[in-house]
Amino acid sequence: MAALTALEVLPTRLEGVDRLMGGGFPRGGLTEICGPASSGRTSLALAALATATAEGECCAYVDTDGVFDPQSAAEAGVKLERLLWVRCAGSLENALRCADLVVQAGGFGAVVFDLGRVPPETARRIPAAHWFRLRRAVEGTRTALLIVAQQPNAKAAASRILEMRRGGLEWSGGLLQGARRQATLRKPVRPETVCLEWRAVG
Amino acid sequence: MYACAHAPGRPEALEILAEFSPLVEQTGKGTAIADLRGMEALLGAPSQMAETLWRSLRAVDPEARLALAANPDTAFYAALGFPGVTVVPPGREAEMLAPLPLTLLIGDPETLDTLRQWGLRSFRDLAALPEHELVARLGQSAADWWRRARGEQARPLRLAPAGLPIRETLELEDPVELLEPLLFLLARQLNSVCAKLAARGLATHEIRLTLNGRTRFYRPPVAIRNPRTFLKLMQLDLERRPPGEPVHSLALEALPADPRVAQSGLFTPPRPEPEKLEITVARIAALVGRENVGVPEILDTHRPDAFRLLPPAWDGGPALQPAHPPQRRLALRRFRPPKPCDWPRLLREAERMAGPWRTCGDWWTPDAWDRDEYDVALPGGAAYRVFRDNRTGLWFWEGQYD
Repeated sequence: MAALTALEVLPTRLEGVDRLMGGGFPRGGLTEICGPASSGRTSLALAALATATAEGECCAYVDTDGVFDPQSAAEAGVKLERLLWVRCAGSLENALRCADLVVQAGGFGAVVFDLGRVPPETARRIPAAHWFRLRRAVEGTRTALLIVAQQPNAKAAASRILEMRRGGLEWSGGLLQGARRQATLRKPVRPETVCLEWRAVG
Repeated sequence: MYACAHAPGRPEALEILAEFSPLVEQTGKGTAIADLRGMEALLGAPSQMAETLWRSLRAVDPEARLALAANPDTAFYAALGFPGVTVVPPGREAEMLAPLPLTLLIGDPETLDTLRQWGLRSFRDLAALPEHELVARLGQSAADWWRRARGEQARPLRLAPAGLPIRETLELEDPVELLEPLLFLLARQLNSVCAKLAARGLATHEIRLTLNGRTRFYRPPVAIRNPRTFLKLMQLDLERRPPGEPVHSLALEALPADPRVAQSGLFTPPRPEPEKLEITVARIAALVGRENVGVPEILDTHRPDAFRLLPPAWDGGPALQPAHPPQRRLALRRFRPPKPCDWPRLLREAERMAGPWRTCGDWWTPDAWDRDEYDVALPGGAAYRVFRDNRTGLWFWEGQYD
């Protein structure tokens, strides 16, 4: 098993994920959080934003399809006053340019680039040069760049690829109480899978 | 030495003197006095000071007048009384001011008439009389006139407030139609405005650009004085909202403010540089629209998905806070606008559902809402939120739990 190199990381404060990732999402690197809908990608990205904003860092959310829910983010602990939200109304081209601008501006603790609703065949057509450009922009900085997508796209440009899977829903008393999700590190490959539980109600 | 610049009707006199000294008095419209004491090492002897100041002043108004003297009032009367440049050597104030008419010194017509009847016409005539006798006949004001006529009146300057706007205007003989030459002109104007701000040790938190009488506002989140930042903001704004007609006049007005003083601490988390962030937000706004970029703020209402976006203002945030474990909350990815839902089909296909949860509000306004929400699980584990709009009876997918 390849040991994860010691990097400056952005912890999620979720024990299983932090252990799996070697402490958290690497700063100065690009991490892909991949998986199908309802696999917990967004909840995990919000957990990272919550940690970063709670420590006083400014973060950004580049939202290709305008799916970000401020209420969910606030409930997850994200300090909204330290979050720059960019809505791209479904334009992948604009989203790519906005992500580039945000990353080039520098000074952000974490940048989430949400491609979660972009069809995999469309996302695959993004030139590899674009991912390397994003990676190059965050290298040597304290910015953790998180890509939320259905499938890995950055591949070689990514420092980490985390695969998320659905693990069932919890119902109780006629209420959706929560959801179980599974996370596996695909780059570098680790055989371990961690289970995460998310609550739907307070 | 004190310098008095007199350019009737031109407010630039104050701005020109302010470039040389922070201690400037706005004595009248178009007249200003600057305290240049202690600046000999920088500006040279009084004659060199006069030459330097005169070059700047003459560029604004060739008819302007300039006088340097050891006290403010002597400089003031010399500037009003003599054309061109006058340097009053220390100790020779009374001699230099002697030929000036008393109308410069005294504004009251009755007093002037009295003095004329006594045969007094000039500063020399008044200065030659005994001070006590004048006070006995004309009151305490006469002592003030007497000292001024002799060039002996010393007083502190009534300093102009630092917040006076800095203006640059330009009238064009040939209107400018293209953006590139307009930006070239704007760059010159901005350089001049920012240089004046820098000379006063100030910055600006608002610049107003007036093109053909229409004003645009540029308000960075912190006070800055970098002309390149403002030029980029103006370029992005003009590309997004062109003037719509050839530009024949442009004016810039900067409202001065104290510059940002920021000392990064060892334990302070890094933030985007305000100037760079402002340009980044402007660039993004040019791509996706101003309404689609900003800091979200949840509105104080129970209406679903009620928020607004504010411009980021992250200068000097609160100190480092202890990090709490994040809440493990299931996030919702909203569909905007909500997608129509085939409810009968969903009832057949849904693996499990919970609800309804009814919310309604603002029933007293045309913008009321009334809906029943359901959490729905589809085969395979995907979870969604759907709702029925009770006002229309239609069903919608609101979002997806992720």
